[in-house]
Amino acid sequence: MSPDKLAYMANQIATFFRHAPREEAVSSIAEHISNFWEPRMRSQFFDLLAREKERFDPLVQDAGQQVRPIAEA
Amino acid sequence: MSLIKETDYGTPASRSQETVTLTVDGFDVTVPAGTSVMRASMEAGIQIPKLCATDMVDAFGSCRLCLVEIEGRRGTPASCTTPVEEGMVVRTQTGRLKDLRRGVMELYISDHPLDCLTCAANGDCELQDMAGAVGLRDVRYGYEGAGHVTARQNGEDNPRYMPKDETNPYFTYDPSKCIVCSRCVRACEEVQGTFALTIEGRGFDSRVSPGMSETFLASECVSCGACVQACPTATLQEKSVIEIGQPEHSVVTTCAYCGVGCSFKAEMRGDELVRMVPYKDGKANAGHSCVKGRFAYGYANHRDRILNPMIRETIDQPWREVSWDEALGFAASRLRGIQEAHGKEAIGVITSSRCTNEETYLVQKLTRAVFGNNNTDTCARVCHSPTGYGLGQTFGTSAGTQDFESVEQADVVVVIGANPTDGHPVFGSRLKKRLRQGARLIVIDPRRIDLVKSPHIAAAHHLALRPGTNVAVVTALAHVIVTEGLHDETFIRERCDWEEFQDYAEFVADPAHSPEAVEALTGVPAAEMRAAARLYAQGGNGAIYYGLGVTEHSQGSTTVIGIANLAMMTGNIGRPGVGVNPLRGQNNVQGSCDMGSFPHELPGYRHVKNADVRAIYEAAWGVDISPEPGLRIPNMLDAAVDGSFRGLYVQGEDILQSDPDTKHVSAGLAAMDCVIVHDLFLNETANYAHVFLPGSTFLEKDGTFTNAERRINRVRKVMAPRNGYADWEVTQLLANAMGANWNYTHPREIMAEIAATTPSFANVTYKLLEEMGSVQWPCNDASPEGAPVMHVDRFVRGRGRFIRTDYVATDERAGPRFPLLLTTGRILSQYNVGAQTRRTDNVVWHSEDVLEINAHDAELRGVKEGDWVKLASRSGETSLRAQITDRVSPGVVYTTFHHPGTQANVITTDYSDWATNCPEYKVTAVQVSRSNGPTDWQEEYERLSARSRRIEAAE
Ligand code: SF4
Ligand code: SF4
Ligand code: SF4
Ligand code: FES
Repeated sequence: MSPDKLAYMANQIATFFRHAPREEAVSSIAEHISNFWEPRMRSQFFDLLAREKERFDPLVQDAGQQVRPIAEA
Repeated sequence: MSLIKETDYGTPASRSQETVTLTVDGFDVTVPAGTSVMRASMEAGIQIPKLCATDMVDAFGSCRLCLVEIEGRRGTPASCTTPVEEGMVVRTQTGRLKDLRRGVMELYISDHPLDCLTCAANGDCELQDMAGAVGLRDVRYGYEGAGHVTARQNGEDNPRYMPKDETNPYFTYDPSKCIVCSRCVRACEEVQGTFALTIEGRGFDSRVSPGMSETFLASECVSCGACVQACPTATLQEKSVIEIGQPEHSVVTTCAYCGVGCSFKAEMRGDELVRMVPYKDGKANAGHSCVKGRFAYGYANHRDRILNPMIRETIDQPWREVSWDEALGFAASRLRGIQEAHGKEAIGVITSSRCTNEETYLVQKLTRAVFGNNNTDTCARVCHSPTGYGLGQTFGTSAGTQDFESVEQADVVVVIGANPTDGHPVFGSRLKKRLRQGARLIVIDPRRIDLVKSPHIAAAHHLALRPGTNVAVVTALAHVIVTEGLHDETFIRERCDWEEFQDYAEFVADPAHSPEAVEALTGVPAAEMRAAARLYAQGGNGAIYYGLGVTEHSQGSTTVIGIANLAMMTGNIGRPGVGVNPLRGQNNVQGSCDMGSFPHELPGYRHVKNADVRAIYEAAWGVDISPEPGLRIPNMLDAAVDGSFRGLYVQGEDILQSDPDTKHVSAGLAAMDCVIVHDLFLNETANYAHVFLPGSTFLEKDGTFTNAERRINRVRKVMAPRNGYADWEVTQLLANAMGANWNYTHPREIMAEIAATTPSFANVTYKLLEEMGSVQWPCNDASPEGAPVMHVDRFVRGRGRFIRTDYVATDERAGPRFPLLLTTGRILSQYNVGAQTRRTDNVVWHSEDVLEINAHDAELRGVKEGDWVKLASRSGETSLRAQITDRVSPGVVYTTFHHPGTQANVITTDYSDWATNCPEYKVTAVQVSRSNGPTDWQEEYERLSARSRRIEAAE
């Protein structure tokens, strides 16, 4: 998936949860990504976050920590 | 097997709780008050002769054949129009009655052609039956008098004669056989609600006429067939019966088109289908149907149907017909080869919303148990996935809250982004009936759908919002309800989380969410919005029905949440007449979601991350199940382009035509090493396939469908699969070719496995379905007979949850290059991507997709009615003909997506719902300009399709 699209999707999720208190918003975003993003997408997400975190909404940047890590196969 | 004959009680059942006892010919009978004498005696087992009465419509009392004598009353009242009274003593067979009836029949017969032996209704004609019943032995009048039967009479042209009208592709109208009983007229009005038929003229000159003396095809008629079913003679007759003859046995089954899930009797002669007749006991449709279910089944025998498996090494080669063994072996070794080279996760499946629950269950099991991953998705992704998310979050489960019958108790009906008279016609007819009885209607849709104004119906409010502003409108409605104090505090305190409500109330009360503040954005006048909110909150039972106009947006899930919030804050949940009801597109969208088609959840909406749920299936299947969510359809295509996803088994879906951004889909498919299409036809997706496995139709297999009201209906096999195997058998063969050892011998065994592993299906068995006809899940020990209404005493998740619904403008905005907003929809006669309906005579109503455009926008561009226009978005462009209309406002254009030639999805973009990736079909910024015909792309695509459909001649 293109980095643009990936960042766009993550930021779209952040937008929905923005109204919640910060901590809750961050954990909701992380939970959403953990629940619905397949490992390939999450690993792309982690990569992009490490390389170009400014692409992401600050809430997503914070949520990164809490997103479920990829299990070693 | 025999022909199922449903009893005709002559007049509709009374709903009264009170009962009345009377005697008929000396027998006591007790019936609800308001029942007719005719119906009461039928219930006592005594059939009074009748012609103009039938229980699908109200009595009219015109034929005078059903006369009876009632003690203490003078004369001979018509039993169909006389209500029962306590202690009434009725006699149905006296000398006087017998003479009167014979006299009536004699008159009828003297103006009727006596060609019974060659008449298509022979054996199924009530006029014949009644002549027999009253003992008619001769007709004294002779046939020379003025009549309607022959074209010439006494050597002259007969002005009363009317030739047959054969314009409708499915039935004929032969006026010479009409007895002017008006059953057809009443059926069209009362059952269908179209008001296409009238009785023209008076007395002996009166005739049935579609519209103003038009042909059926040119009239308002929508070809539902209710009049044909109501007609007691051969006047209105199915062409299939004329061609084949009368059926000799029948089997009850379920329509395979839309989410209403109508029950039908498939009436057969041998293994030839003679006709489909809607089944009165069918709880979804109560004896009614639309043109698709009743008539559009011809695709099953269409010459395009592929009956043999085919394979090819690469997609530029022609197809080669092979044996099942060879095709399955080829598919299995390719899939395994991909997994060896690229990992377990490199392949996946797409389940079908057109196939049965049992078939869908097996396909997701194939990926989870045999492929060893969770890469399963379904076309519900592109329609109702936001419903799953939104209702799951707020109520706790992803399903409509009511049965269809509930609408009969609704006082205010809100239809949002749905077009029931076209998309869900039988529900549309039920809704219209309720509206004619006085329920109020609010329509929220950019386009003036038929419901807004049709015979005897007018919406109280039509909020013609700008596409893409659903959340703003729904939130503004909540604003009015909260700030004007119209919410139901008792309900909220008892059933929902009060604190969450207060948070939501505070959010919506912000003046920024008021109708006045969002008027410029939504295009809906604030006063109209306020009035609509008040009506919904205060008008009695408020019921919301919504469709793809809600879900197919970048904020689809948010709108669904907003709708759930509205229902909760007004207490419109948990009893008949209210609720939140997604109108599902395809027949088994509900079922395919229930059956674990989504990559993150096992059957019954349970997330794969939960070890306890995985344990159930690990024990049942003897495998380890991955705890990681799999790829969704758009993600699969992205991964395919990246090279990490290379094999796909697609059952009964055409993602190339149905999914957005066609070019992206084709790039993804083209990048794969093994695409297996399992379908009836070489669909558009098959252009990119390496293996084609022929599918079976719903007439050729057993199983169940689950309709939009959660009703599990049986699908029954009426003929052997022409391709050799039912679809569930094909999936099993593929699984076994890959080393699984499945041994299902009948879908009932698959259902047993579903019930054993899924709590909401725990008590569902084929035996129960046999006994009850159908059940609505949840069906378990808590509700052994299923549940017509959900969330009755508590929400599935416990307390209802309010969630804030911030409006975020879609990034798909009209601008200088693309100044118009395109929204898409569907029409009655065609179904979805049209693969089936395009292969029936339904094309007479819709032979191509057209672009609806407002006169103002058309004039600006010099576009005239019927002109070819080019429709362009930032994704692509296509051409189609323009239709100028005021149904859409200036700035909005509309089209359907039933025909592959149009390729409306070349235009749609890859924006999608934030929560579920459901594509944003309903808003695309476009430009429209005049053109000369199909675009280069369309022509190139035509060539590609033709090339990739070549089949090598067998040696
Ligand atoms: S087919 Fe349906 S719409 Fe057409 S005239 Fe008959 S009842 Fe009316
Ligand atoms: S067409 Fe059939 S139903 Fe209609 S009035 Fe004539 S006989 Fe009756
Ligand atoms: S398409 Fe829908 S409304 Fe029409 S007959 Fe089939 S299930 Fe019923
Ligand atoms: S059946 Fe009663 S008047 Fe015709």
